[in-house]
Amino acid sequence: MRHDVTLRVNGVVNRHTVESRQLLVHHLRETLGLTGTHVGCDTSNCGACTVLLDGVAVKSCTVFTVAADGGEVLTVEGLAQDGQLTPVQEGFRQCHGLQCGYCTPGMVVSATGLLLDRPDPSPEEIREGLEGNLCRCTGYQMIVESVRWAADHGGPGAVAEAHRSRTEAGTP
Amino acid sequence: MIPAEFDYVAASSLEDALRLLGEHGDEAKLLAGGHSLIPLMKFRLAAPSVLVDISRLPELRTLRPSDGHLRLGAGLRIRDLELSPVVREQVPLLAAAAASVGDRQVRARATVGGTVVHGDPAADIPAVLVTLDATLVLRGPAGERELSAAEFFVDFWETACGLDEVLVEIVVPALPGRRWAFEKFRQRSQDWATVGVAVQETADGEHAVGLVNMAPVPWRASPVEDALRSGAAVPEAAGHAAEGAAPPSDLRGDSAYRAHLAQVLTAKALTTAGAGS
Ligand SMILES: Cc1cc2nc3c(=O)[nH]c(=O)nc-3n(C[C@H](O)[C@H](O)[C@H](O)COP(=O)(O)OP(=O)(O)OC[C@H]3O[C@@H](n4cnc5c(N)ncnc54)[C@H](O)[C@@H]3O)c2cc1C
Ligand code: FES
Ligand code: FES
Repeated sequence: MRHDVTLRVNGVVNRHTVESRQLLVHHLRETLGLTGTHVGCDTSNCGACTVLLDGVAVKSCTVFTVAADGGEVLTVEGLAQDGQLTPVQEGFRQCHGLQCGYCTPGMVVSATGLLLDRPDPSPEEIREGLEGNLCRCTGYQMIVESVRWAADHGGPGAVAEAHRSRTEAGTP
Repeated sequence: MIPAEFDYVAASSLEDALRLLGEHGDEAKLLAGGHSLIPLMKFRLAAPSVLVDISRLPELRTLRPSDGHLRLGAGLRIRDLELSPVVREQVPLLAAAAASVGDRQVRARATVGGTVVHGDPAADIPAVLVTLDATLVLRGPAGERELSAAEFFVDFWETACGLDEVLVEIVVPALPGRRWAFEKFRQRSQDWATVGVAVQETADGEHAVGLVNMAPVPWRASPVEDALRSGAAVPEAAGHAAEGAAPPSDLRGDSAYRAHLAQVLTAKALTTAGAGS
């Protein structure tokens, strides 16, 4: 019931032996120490656990680590390079897109995935695009403004674009 | 929440998946997108001892036009249906229903085969398949068999898919340019439908009507279709929407409220789809 799993996480290739039932979010947080990815609801509703898996945003509380074997994961820790925030992260800073911050890693990664699909979303498309991410604090208005800021200032960012281009997130 | 222990096998091919199902019998479950199964396992409402992962089999991820139809591989993600230019042009009702499922992250994992075999009458795509008179292609130890959507959905969370079978393809008619509508009423944007209505203008210019969450199975509102055929105007025909259905009562609404919603939404959808004009 244990499996050797190879994952490329934020550009680094890791090999670990995991239990079949281990969820990807627990692998990231507990084995790899990447605690930026949060657990909120643990029932696939809130989006706090969102990461990019092979180019698309997914809820890592509802993916088995073993089922992602051979895949590539980008978490919130992998976005900024040498202290340089991505446009999405900078947008949340400029537009005050967070209060307590609990939802923020998931929001930022989800917004990054949205901008990979739709580089120039309207406010409505941002609201719809982030419907899988719940925030108890902000009332969403400033999150929408943050994502719009990012769209006007460079989009998802080079790391996310490179991550996407290495995957087959295209449609059949 | 952590599921009970199980073993995991990634099937190397469709044949391999069928062999593994045969070997493990009712201990085994197929794993596709996992967005119904994993929550059930986390709540310990399901505890299969073997999961056979079919989500990465290329042979289940095909999308082929054939003879006035589209053949959709059961392993296509709901996101694929939402975004595919071919589905959007040839079966726009299906693309619209796909786009309404859950949220972006859910649609990126959940598969069309998973939503069909899970057999939840509150799910959107099954009601569309019933409306489109889709055909479901199952592969089992004895070979392939085809069922109509009407035959496939048996009861609440119960379908005709055997424990030793894999749903491989879903065949829907290509209806480019035909009118359609999808109405989904929900309290919050990412909710499941309190009630949903799918309407499709068919190749011979009639209107087929399917309902989400109005019975233990995805429901075909034949009394509405009959009324239209015999010349009824939209408001009168839509008044038959809940006839014969058995809408559930829950926190989102009781069955009388759902019956009312079904009539209102059916009238709206029929009008959008050009019925009675
Ligand atoms: C937060 C959330 C919101 C949602 N909102 C909606 C919504 O608004 N509308 C809606 O319709 N759905 C909704 N869903 C359900 C979602 O669409 C499910 O993921 C889907 O119903 C199941 O697909 P899956 O690929 O994840 O299947 P899985 O969970 O992997 O499998 C489901 C069942 O089908 C079986 N199975 C899977 N594939 C096959 C196959 N090819 N052959 C035979 N058996 C197979 C499995 O063994 C299992 O029993 C939501 C889910 C979540 C988590
Ligand atoms: S913790 Fe995964 S969706 Fe809430
Ligand atoms: S900032 Fe507190 S939950 Fe979103």
